[in-house]
Amino acid sequence: MSTMNMIQALNSAMDVMMERDPTVLVFGEDAGYFGGVFRATDGLQRKYGVSRCFDAPIAEGGIVATAIGMGANGLRPVVEIQFVDYIYPAYDQLVSEAARLRYRSNGEFSAPITVRSPYGGGIMGGQTHSQSPEAIFTHVPGLKTVIPSTPYDAKGMLISAIEDDDPVIFLEPKRIYNGPFDGHHDRPLQPWAMHPASEVPAGHYTVPLGSADIRRSGKAVTVLAYGTMVYVALAAVAESGIDAEVIDLRSLVPLDLETIEASVKKTGRCVIVHEAPQTSGFAGELIALIQQHCFYHLEAPIERVTGWDTPYPHAFEWDYFVSPARVAAALRRAVEAV
Amino acid sequence: MNQPADTSPDQVPTGAIAVPQPHGRPGDEPDFSHLEFPPVGSARRPAVDESPAQMRELAYGLIRVLDADGAAGGEWNPSLSGETMRRALRAMVLTRTFDDRMFRAHRQGKTSFYMKCTGEEAIGCAQAMVLGKDDMFFPTYRVQGILITRDYPLVQMMNQIYSNASDPLQGRQLPILYSARDYGFFSLSGNVGTQYCQAVGWAMANTYKNNTNIASAFIGDGSTATYDFHHALNFAAVYRAPVILNITNNQWAISSFQGIAGGEQTTFAARGIGFGLPALRVDGNDFLAVYAATDWAAQRARKGLGATVIEFYTYRAEGHSTSDDPSKYRPKDEAAHWPMGDPIKRLKQHLIALGEWSEEQHAAMEAELFAQVRTAAREAEAVGTLGQSRPPVGKMFEQVFTAPDWRLERQRQEVEGQ
Repeated sequence: MSTMNMIQALNSAMDVMMERDPTVLVFGEDAGYFGGVFRATDGLQRKYGVSRCFDAPIAEGGIVATAIGMGANGLRPVVEIQFVDYIYPAYDQLVSEAARLRYRSNGEFSAPITVRSPYGGGIMGGQTHSQSPEAIFTHVPGLKTVIPSTPYDAKGMLISAIEDDDPVIFLEPKRIYNGPFDGHHDRPLQPWAMHPASEVPAGHYTVPLGSADIRRSGKAVTVLAYGTMVYVALAAVAESGIDAEVIDLRSLVPLDLETIEASVKKTGRCVIVHEAPQTSGFAGELIALIQQHCFYHLEAPIERVTGWDTPYPHAFEWDYFVSPARVAAALRRAVEAV
Repeated sequence: MNQPADTSPDQVPTGAIAVPQPHGRPGDEPDFSHLEFPPVGSARRPAVDESPAQMRELAYGLIRVLDADGAAGGEWNPSLSGETMRRALRAMVLTRTFDDRMFRAHRQGKTSFYMKCTGEEAIGCAQAMVLGKDDMFFPTYRVQGILITRDYPLVQMMNQIYSNASDPLQGRQLPILYSARDYGFFSLSGNVGTQYCQAVGWAMANTYKNNTNIASAFIGDGSTATYDFHHALNFAAVYRAPVILNITNNQWAISSFQGIAGGEQTTFAARGIGFGLPALRVDGNDFLAVYAATDWAAQRARKGLGATVIEFYTYRAEGHSTSDDPSKYRPKDEAAHWPMGDPIKRLKQHLIALGEWSEEQHAAMEAELFAQVRTAAREAEAVGTLGQSRPPVGKMFEQVFTAPDWRLERQRQEVEGQ
């Protein structure tokens, strides 16, 4: 066991997989010699050589396309898109190619690639360093979309993603790279070292994709969150004094419906929290599923607390970013309804 | 007719955008007199390890081996045996016969869609003969000659076209978007250009795995305008990938002539120069030139010298697809006037001139291949044509992922339960 922040855990996952499996390659913009703008690939080129970890031209579509070709030819590329806000030039390759290659070739070819990308707001990143576009991937058959929220999960889930034979969009909440941020931007950030989930095994282990994690047990209301919003939700629960059950979804596709269903049937109430804009966000899908599977157990309308339906602003960072206060208000509405 | 907008520098802007126009439209007489073709033998054949910077003229010239009389000449003559050339002729005739049959099958309502490669047979067939099955093609939808040359079962192609119960792709894919891994033929996608840079990644993996297999990627003149084209040339050059980057310039992208893709400004081959890649411009209707250029590029790639860009200059003799009527946008019968002729007729003429072939043999071969295609068609149609037969509906939910998740299981049950 070592104490790691999320960056170190991600770095360790790639290190472990490169050590174990010679078909694992890592590349992306500034990912080689420099070790990545967030240091996630630091030291990998030094340790494994330039053929295993290298810099790429600034061309997201080209990065994903070459990864698909390598993947189809027996390698397991792990590519980095510097910010998920810049993944759109690769969208065609992800949606039209990586996601469909196995299906359209009836299994003759597949793209066992992992696309890592920092995502989410809360860092004064403005419009193009703050986005949360998970819903544009969850809508695509053939893609898996996962989002860890602790160093332990980040490493275990990244190893699972690399070992997975399907293409995985691996979104990293960059706001919590260094510590579990709960939305209180006016307070000092607690480093990961003070959190138990920063205890990370040095070697190989996995956290299966498609399994949610109950981060706080409760009876009054179910809160569904992922990424940074897990900590915002936990803070809101603590501050509201409501006995909520907080579920970290971790994986959106595949989704752990069983855990969600069991919790909502127990509490009868549900609040969903995400950073992404509201309209057609992943909360919409969750609400539909819960309505379908838990209708007769529901005692209140399902609430969603999300980003606004605007581009991500700069000066209005803390008016846009979902706050514990907004989540607490939704929790109260949910438990006080009828 | 169709005068280009005046863009001479001393003109004040007129408000007229300089939109390129083709040299002929419906009602015009076919006219290719504006094209100039360098004579056979005018293109030198550099050593494969020559610097790309020293061979730039090849991107602007035209590599030709067969002249108008069917004689082969010049440094690029691959000097193939009569037997090899007869095999090539057979592959091209079989490809055309297959195309004609399947086009007719579409008109008979047996399938929803088809695309011919008439006039472009030399390109796929020659490359398939030069490269081995361990070399992976990343084809477009218009190089079916690759599969046919490599003896992929015609009946399997037809089963795919009919989406019937024996369709190797289980009815999931539009007709002609084949996949045949064991034949070195990558899964075709409807999204044009996307596979061009995937081929570069495939080739990089070959290098990484320390073998001498290569990749061969195809793109059309129209699709060179996609960003995938730029990505592929750049990544191939940056990482010295063992890949052949082919551009089939058949003059037309559906109704748009190649000038709309940027073909009036410079040659498509010349785009390779800016990336530091060697670039060849080749008569695509000259089987021997296609063969020789492919062989040269393959040798370069296998020696670790990197990628080559090849523009095959040809003409799309038929409509874009069964959904297209070319008489709506180009002169009728333009294909018959293409100055570089027909690839089958030219190789046939060459073989006859060499005393390696005769009209009688050719007619006999055509009859034999017609019968072969008809037999395959009957076999496929016995399984069923579109709508008459199809794979079990549960196949719709397979291979989305390695294993279906709960959603796909439930949805499958819902469909199968009806």
